[in-house]
Amino acid sequence: MNWLKNLTRQREFMIAVIVAAIAVTMSFSSPYFLYPENLMALLLGLSIEAIIAVAMTHLMVSGGFDMSVGSIVAFTGSATALLLVSGIPVVVAVVLGLLVGAAIGLFNGFIIAKVGINPFVTTLASLSLFRGLTLILTQGKNISGLPADFNVIGQFRLFDVQTPILIALVLIVLGDTVLRRSRFFRQSYYIGGNEKAARLSGIPVDRMKILAYVLTGLFAALAGIVMVARLGAASTTSGTGLELRVITAVIIGGASLQGGQGTVLGAFLGSLLMGLITNALTLLGVDVYWQTFVIGATLLLAVLIDRYGKLRTEKMELRGMNK
Amino acid sequence: MSEGLVFVLEAQDIVKTFPGVRALNGVNLKIKKGETHALVGENGAGKSTLMLTLGGVHKPDSGRILLNGKPVTFSSPQDAVAQGISVVYQELSLVPALSVAENIFANRQPVGALGLIRRREMLKKAQELLALFDLEDLDPSTPVSRLSLANQQVIEILKAISTNPSVLILDEPTSSLTEHEAKRLFENLARLNQRGISCIYISHHLSEIFKVAHSVSIMRDGNWVCDARVSDIDEEFLISNMVGRTLVDIYGVRPSPDTFGPVRLDVTGLNREREFSDVSFQLRAGEIVGFSGLVGAGRTEVAHAVFGATLPDSGRVLVDGQEIKLRSPRQAIRAGIGYLTEDRKSMGLYLDFNIRENLVSNRLHRFTFGPFMNDKAIDQAADKAIADYRIATKSARKTVRMLSGGNQQKVLLGAWIGIEPKVLIVDEPTRGVDIGARSEIYGFLRQLAGRGTAIMLISSDLTEILGLSDRIVVMKGGRIAGEVPADRATEESVISLATASNINGGKA
Repeated sequence: MNWLKNLTRQREFMIAVIVAAIAVTMSFSSPYFLYPENLMALLLGLSIEAIIAVAMTHLMVSGGFDMSVGSIVAFTGSATALLLVSGIPVVVAVVLGLLVGAAIGLFNGFIIAKVGINPFVTTLASLSLFRGLTLILTQGKNISGLPADFNVIGQFRLFDVQTPILIALVLIVLGDTVLRRSRFFRQSYYIGGNEKAARLSGIPVDRMKILAYVLTGLFAALAGIVMVARLGAASTTSGTGLELRVITAVIIGGASLQGGQGTVLGAFLGSLLMGLITNALTLLGVDVYWQTFVIGATLLLAVLIDRYGKLRTEKMELRGMNK
Repeated sequence: MSEGLVFVLEAQDIVKTFPGVRALNGVNLKIKKGETHALVGENGAGKSTLMLTLGGVHKPDSGRILLNGKPVTFSSPQDAVAQGISVVYQELSLVPALSVAENIFANRQPVGALGLIRRREMLKKAQELLALFDLEDLDPSTPVSRLSLANQQVIEILKAISTNPSVLILDEPTSSLTEHEAKRLFENLARLNQRGISCIYISHHLSEIFKVAHSVSIMRDGNWVCDARVSDIDEEFLISNMVGRTLVDIYGVRPSPDTFGPVRLDVTGLNREREFSDVSFQLRAGEIVGFSGLVGAGRTEVAHAVFGATLPDSGRVLVDGQEIKLRSPRQAIRAGIGYLTEDRKSMGLYLDFNIRENLVSNRLHRFTFGPFMNDKAIDQAADKAIADYRIATKSARKTVRMLSGGNQQKVLLGAWIGIEPKVLIVDEPTRGVDIGARSEIYGFLRQLAGRGTAIMLISSDLTEILGLSDRIVVMKGGRIAGEVPADRATEESVISLATASNINGGKA
């Protein structure tokens, strides 16, 4: 029964139970909920943020933070679209788009790890920088008329499942496994747990931190490209506020701003929970303005539960090891 | 003694227990008006707990505290201050950006009708207090961040005495001061004594006791051992009563020098600006070499450079005859050097991670299966380490934060012994560790040396240096001041090297 006890203590399990509970309730309350169309729309709606959440989880595990992902989505999406309409082959345009995302991540990571500027401030600057560059680059106009073999990236269906969902699921499974089990990415937990100690433990702290931002930029670029392909057009306002949804999902999923904890599965479940709440409120005909409010309440509840757990630990510590 | 009131503060039979630990076991303390009373004892002897009890942080389980002959209880630290006991804590509690005056009167600023601070009055009062310690020239509106560490501490003391205490408690006040600054502190305490303020002075530096205190109480393992007039005793009396047993027991048997193997660590001409210069030394296989010196002598800085945590300006480091690049701890570890930091909580351990995760933190690559972590191998290694180092825990998955200082240190030491180092640098390996775990740690270090590791022992605890080292290197002002073979070393010979003023800056 030990494994059962362990399982129930996992944050992922807790969210999964809540997700299941909402799903079951909804299947009774609304005839439309279990329609495949509804479920697919739900997943499609959160696939973009789920892709970014994979990398953001790793970044936040290592103690980092990125406010600029929404702007990276818009910038790389627009840049790729511009390359495509100027006649650059699809593969080249996509690769260049991804590289631009990685380069922005490198820019963020270098300033944070090597220059030593706070991650919040650095990426807040990037948020404006790249949203601004997007507007400059596109002159504020949306770009459409993209080649069909590009749009396939976002519109192809495999057994009725659209590509953004497939891409997100593959990355989630891969990301979760790698972050949980591989030695390389395990190092990030140590960095988030105690950066100074990690350095003295022989972990290449700066390199790993920069890599975390590069991966986040890369994943945001991928999300941006997939989104453009799905819509068949690039919008300068796409990804606005996305960073907050991604960070919220990651924190609901068990990560903390201090770093050292969190899993990709948890982040996905967090994202799923938010999507599900939105979906449920819509189906139940609740005023649309309540949705954002409920997301905020969910986040607060998740961290309060976490805090309660920590307080209990601290009390035990106080009783146990006073000198 | 003809007065009716002899003691300004008296603690009688104070008992304080925490689950599993009897921190104070019938402690008595008698402080006369206007005297400085030293409180000595080893780490874990209960000095801090006693101080926190007198300062109103802890409530005693039993026993009485008499202030001016009347029994008192403190509901909080603020209450203790209000009744006349002020504590100057070890860590400075000042707000760097605020002015001297605002720090002194933190939260007690004189206010006018609207609750606004009466700035001029506050500055004037601060000026008066500064004058007390000959700091008339210091502008009380200067931000504290611009002051030297020594002057910051003066502000801390002024903050404490601005409440007009009858007893002032100082915890290790000289730990970050130079000798000259310490001397000034002693003069200031004497002035407070003249004004009728009694001081309780907690210190590890036994020699200071004779300069600053009139009387002394000795504690050991939570027990009150005895008190004495300083003029009646000597340092030896203090040590034997603090330790309470012969030192040979806890440090084990020192091997004969001819059992040592070849040179494992060879450091030549290591320099780093403003930290240390021209540092050269060798460590041989099986040897424990003690590094002694005052705070700021550059020992930890040298260790950091050898370990690649900081980059030296020049110099060479050879391990087993092979030069290593001093770029990062990662490279040092690869070359076989381990470093147990002096600051285990902020730089050594991952406090919110469990024991097993901490034990393998510096050698993840040894526990892999392809690209993945091998959890079974980690579990086995952790269980073995818990048994080998007698870490008191029921499970390897217990969070390290919840362990005692001694067990935390064993986890950290276990991690470093785990890399099978050729050279292990241990920096203050028993700081904040109780006497039992301490002697175990000495045993582990001796065993490790016996397997051929060269150990560099940095310690501010002279008895530890004298007891454990095979050879003692003394540093002063960033240079190696000299070397003493263990069998001829005495506390005096080491201290005189560490404090000697006749070093001409040349090679030792």
